[in-house]
Amino acid sequence: MKAEYNLKPDLFSTASREDRNAEKMHRPSIRYWPDVWRRLKMNKLAMTGLVIICLFSIMAFVGTKINGFKYFEQDYSLINIHPDKVHWFGTDELGRDMFTRVWFGTRYSLFIGVTAALIDFVLGVLYGGIAGITTRRIDAIMMRVAEVIYSIPYLLIVILISVVFTSAGQGSSLFVMIFAMTLTSWVPMAILVRGQVLQLKESEYSLAAESLGATRGWILLKHIIPNTLGPILVNLTLQIPGAIFAEANLSFLGLGIQAPKSSLGALANEGLAGLAVGNAYQLFIPAIFISLIMFAFNVLGDGLRDALDPRLRK
Amino acid sequence: MKKYLLKRIGMAIVTIWAVITITFFLMHSIPGNPFRTESKMPKTVYENLQKKYGLDKPLSQQYFIYLGKIVKGDFGDSMKSKVETVNDMIKRGFPVSATIGFQALLIAICFGPALGAVAALNQNKWPDYFSMILAIIGISVPSFIMGTIFIQFLARNIKWLPIGGWGEFRHTILPSVALSLMSMAQIARLMRSSMLEVLGQDYIKTAASKGITKATVVLKHAVRNAILPVVSVLGFIVSNLLVGSFIIERIFGIPGLGLFFVMSINNRDYPLIMGTTIFYSIILVIMLLLVDCAYMFIDPRIKLTKEGR
Repeated sequence: MKAEYNLKPDLFSTASREDRNAEKMHRPSIRYWPDVWRRLKMNKLAMTGLVIICLFSIMAFVGTKINGFKYFEQDYSLINIHPDKVHWFGTDELGRDMFTRVWFGTRYSLFIGVTAALIDFVLGVLYGGIAGITTRRIDAIMMRVAEVIYSIPYLLIVILISVVFTSAGQGSSLFVMIFAMTLTSWVPMAILVRGQVLQLKESEYSLAAESLGATRGWILLKHIIPNTLGPILVNLTLQIPGAIFAEANLSFLGLGIQAPKSSLGALANEGLAGLAVGNAYQLFIPAIFISLIMFAFNVLGDGLRDALDPRLRK
Repeated sequence: MKKYLLKRIGMAIVTIWAVITITFFLMHSIPGNPFRTESKMPKTVYENLQKKYGLDKPLSQQYFIYLGKIVKGDFGDSMKSKVETVNDMIKRGFPVSATIGFQALLIAICFGPALGAVAALNQNKWPDYFSMILAIIGISVPSFIMGTIFIQFLARNIKWLPIGGWGEFRHTILPSVALSLMSMAQIARLMRSSMLEVLGQDYIKTAASKGITKATVVLKHAVRNAILPVVSVLGFIVSNLLVGSFIIERIFGIPGLGLFFVMSINNRDYPLIMGTTIFYSIILVIMLLLVDCAYMFIDPRIKLTKEGR
């Protein structure tokens, strides 16, 4: 049946200026990262963590210079001084200023944590990325290898390598320690990246890039990896306290940094002896520092995960 | 499922072999020789010692001899202790470590999920804040600090429990609790978020609208589903407990395998380091295998997909 339309010119009117703007967006569009930042800012706990991390990072460099002592300076006339006006955190059993030493230790602990996490990041993205875009057979082999490496007990290998590369009675060098720590800890990152790559490989924008003639490596680096940055960042934030914790354990077993240099774990280890003779502050100050750093990175990582998770968007 | 299980066992054997190989070549790449460092000894004594420990043979041959010994369950002799072999030390130390480890695991898997579930059921109320503050303290404070605080306040100041020593049940309480806290906190956090996710699902609403009591909904529908991610990290938890035991045993002076391991590091007793490393790895790999099997039995979906392959 044919519909009959009777259209007369007077049914129409000229569009006003307001109507023309109906399809315009009224609010500015928020891009992905500013949006994440906006949500992170609302999370008080995560912001506390971020503030602690910033403060500690600055103090790790500035704090050693504030009260005029050096981390290796010994003064046998002033041993085991409890915290007072001159030595804000007291002195240790060799008369070294604890305030300076604690910040120096913080510098080392943070450096180890961040470097280990960055190495994990590079290795994990490379390995996971390659496994994700190669053929299925190579991917399967690469993942089996990764699984075997990952089920090797982590701290045992770290201890073993520290034993092998250092002679008795001496601590490990910084690089041996970082090398040992990253030997197995990159695997979770690689597995994460591979999973994301496999998923994003099928996305429309990858297909579009491919049809425009982009190589697989280009697609991986320019399109897929930037889109997995969120989960990677969360993983990275949570890996830093893991590395700091491992270092603290290692130092506690006497395999850490060599004196007079020190890390927070090594300071806590030295402080243990002080506890028995009533100098509890020698243990508790570095212990509180380690705990604060672990706390800060953990809550920041949690906050980032919540901020990045689109399911929690309101 | 059988195929998956066989594959998993195969992987476990490959992992143990990899650990043995890595350990062996790492320990033998240490420059010098354990007997060179000691005071000058007559050449014949030196050669006899070399022969006794098989160090005169080429490295590849030593490797296969060592591998053969491990397969037979012989971890070799200790270099510093003349009376005990590595096997004797494992036999003496492992039951002690296992007691502490098992008690810690029990504490972690009983209280962790309970804390997490209570927190999720009372989201943003005081039980939630209370258990999450506990959990954050648990993951932020390393076990060596926790252990020392326990000794200082609970054992020395209040005198509730003995400071150290070994032999009775009361000696095991403080070390087990100190060891379990971090794992318990991790489990509690994981349980809370997975429980929150489950509680938002439609089947929980369906169950509640059928008119079942709240306790049944929580126990039968929510907890059973929310516990799955917790089971999947149990392997990781066990491995953390194992490493934590080195430190806890050192602080509390418990004569376990962890203490022997730490002592062997300080004494540079290479065969003992190798033996305990490999023994620990085997235990850990077996535990991971068991956790995987447990997960397979608990989660029917996994059974199906693995069978489908």
